[in-house]
Amino acid sequence: MSTSIVPVATEPAATTGPLLSARGLTRSFGLTEAVRGIDLDIAAGEILAVMGPSGSGKSTLLHLLAGVLTPDSGTVSFDGDRVDGLDEAGRARLRLTAFGFVFQFGQLLPDLSALDNVTVPLLLTGVHRRDALARAHDWLGRLDLAADGDKLPGELSGGQAQRVAVARALVTEPRVLFADEPTGSLDSLAAEKVMLALTDLARASDTTVVLVTHDPRTAAYADREVVVRDGRLSGTGR
Amino acid sequence: MLLGLLGVQPSYGYDLKHGYDRLFGREKQLAFGQVYAVLARLLKSGLIDLLGDEAGAGPDRKRYQVTPTGRDEITHWLFTPDIPSATLQSNLFAKTVIALLLDADAGQLLEAQRAEHQQRMRVLTQQKRGADLATVLLCDHALFHIEADLRWMDLTTARLDELRSEVRR
Repeated sequence: MSTSIVPVATEPAATTGPLLSARGLTRSFGLTEAVRGIDLDIAAGEILAVMGPSGSGKSTLLHLLAGVLTPDSGTVSFDGDRVDGLDEAGRARLRLTAFGFVFQFGQLLPDLSALDNVTVPLLLTGVHRRDALARAHDWLGRLDLAADGDKLPGELSGGQAQRVAVARALVTEPRVLFADEPTGSLDSLAAEKVMLALTDLARASDTTVVLVTHDPRTAAYADREVVVRDGRLSGTGR
Repeated sequence: MLLGLLGVQPSYGYDLKHGYDRLFGREKQLAFGQVYAVLARLLKSGLIDLLGDEAGAGPDRKRYQVTPTGRDEITHWLFTPDIPSATLQSNLFAKTVIALLLDADAGQLLEAQRAEHQQRMRVLTQQKRGADLATVLLCDHALFHIEADLRWMDLTTARLDELRSEVRR
C-alpha cells in the first residue's frame, strides 16, 4: 500500500517464555477497584492489544505492567525479574532504559523541535549529543518525518506529532513499547499511518508492544487482544 | 430460533408463533404454515418430540418439547460464533435473546463473537499491507462494517441485564 512507510518485517513473534508476566494483579484507587485479579503473559516480540470500555481498568493495567504504578497485590515480572518490588528509582531506570511510551496526545515538549523531542530520551540515558542527534534524525526519517525535524510540535498535524511521539518512544530501542490510545485523537487515515509505522518498526526491531485501545481498527494491528471488563480479563484471557 | 424458543418451555405451535412474533417479528411476522413446517422438520430429525395431545390456548392440540439432542443443538448454535456478515446482526440478536430466556451465558456468546470479529479485522488489516488502493478501500469497507457490529455487541453487553428483564416480561 502506498502509505506504508518502511519495509514490512512480518516475522512471527518469538515463542519462548513470556517477556512480561502478571499474576493476581490488583489495584484500587480509594474505594474503586480498578484492577481485580489479572493474570497475563506477553511473549517477546508480541504485539498485544488491551481492549475494553472506558473505565474498565485497561490503562491502570498498562501502568502496572510498565512500573508506573505498583500493585496492591500480585506480581509483575519483566524478563524473569520482579518489577513490582523495585523502588521508585529502580522503576524509573527500567522505564528509561527498557520501556518506551506513547500516549493519546503525544505529549511532546512544546518548546522543543521535533528533532530535539526525539533526542531527549537518548540524552537522558547518557548518549553524547552528536550521536543522539544523528540517531534521532534517523528515526524521524523512518517515520517519514525527515523534513519536519525543525518544526515545533504546534506546527505539526496531529498525525505527524503522534509519529514524532512514536520516534521518541522507539529511539532508545526499548524492549517493550507501551502505547495508551495512540490513535485516540486522530482521524482514520492519520491513525492508520501511525499504526502502520508503530507496528512495522516494532516488528523490525523485535520490540514487544502493549497497546491499550478501545478502537477495534487500532487493535486489529495487534497479534492478539485481551479484553478488560470491570477490572478483570474476559474472553481470550491470559 | 424456534428450537431455541421451544427450549424455554414445552409449547404449542400457536404459542411459539406468537412468542416469536413478540421477540423477533417486528418487521416480519411468522406465518403459521412456516411454524408447522419447521416443527415437522425438527420432529423428523429428533430435535423435538410430542409431549401430548391436549388443547392449549390456541386451536392446536399438539404440544412439543426439546429432546436432549435438541438441547445440545441449541447450545451448539448459541456458542458457535458466526462468520461476520451483513445478516449477522439479526441472528446474533436472536441468539442473545434466546440465551437470556434459557438462562445461558449471553455475555459469553457475545464475547466469543467479539473475538471472531476482531480476528476477521486482523486478517483484513493484514490484507491491506502492500495491497493496491482498490483492495485497501474494499478492506476498509468491510472493516468499518465489522466495527459497527462490534460497537453493537459492546453496547448490548453493557445492556444485558436490561434486555434480560425485558425479554422475560
